[in-house]
Amino acid sequence: MELLNPDQWVENYADYLYNYTIVRVNDHIVAQDLISETFLAGLKSKKNFKGEASERTWLISILKRKIIDYYRKINSKKGKAEVHISYRNEDAEGDWLEENAADPFDKTAEDKMENEELGLAILECLDKLPKKQATIFKKKTIENFDTEAICKEYNITPSNLWVIIHRARKSMVECLEKNWFN
Amino acid sequence: MFGKKLVQLAAMKFFMKCDDAAHICDKTQYKEAGLFDKLMLKIHLLMCKLCRGYAKRNAKLTETIKSANIKTLHPEEKQRLKTRLQQEENNRP
Repeated sequence: MELLNPDQWVENYADYLYNYTIVRVNDHIVAQDLISETFLAGLKSKKNFKGEASERTWLISILKRKIIDYYRKINSKKGKAEVHISYRNEDAEGDWLEENAADPFDKTAEDKMENEELGLAILECLDKLPKKQATIFKKKTIENFDTEAICKEYNITPSNLWVIIHRARKSMVECLEKNWFN
Repeated sequence: MFGKKLVQLAAMKFFMKCDDAAHICDKTQYKEAGLFDKLMLKIHLLMCKLCRGYAKRNAKLTETIKSANIKTLHPEEKQRLKTRLQQEENNRP
């Protein structure tokens, strides 16, 4: 029984894996390499996939290890004599107060994480739509393609396109209300 | 009271059906609705509670997706990934 479908991996999961990776490594090229390695590793260990988790969850678990490996590698290249000083002990109280205070302008890390979660939730909802609907909705809404360009690519009329978009939007609203807005 | 309802219903039918309102509302999300259509939609929304609900949720979806700032790989980059995966699969016994 064929549980996995490698031919569809890139189409189905590349963007999901990319959004997961990019906030963690913050480098477009590295992220792509890691995704490529993930797919290849997935291919090699195809036999081990038991179908208990979804294909996506399984690939993410491989990707997680790849990201850890990546950080191990760059850390071993760094100078070993790194000293971490913690200002947070009782004796030094008051000396470095400004360094102990949270920087109100440094909200980026948290925002990024929240955006990432939202992004993944959206892509997960997209996953539940019929294939063609999902692709067209994504092209139109996320990648901002022209109506005309999409119609040409899929050989459909604009009114076909709007029907597809309408159905997709309705399902997306329902899915996000359930999974994101609670 | 009854008369007012009837007039409202008649006006709604006269101006726009709910299906059309939804269609224009969808187009608005992509800034592809014309000025006249948008005006007609506004009038319809004044009278139709159901469509008001749809318009609100629809706009929220647009906003949510925008705020997530989802990144996608370029089609060429995807093609490169596919080619590499294909090669690897062909090389396997």
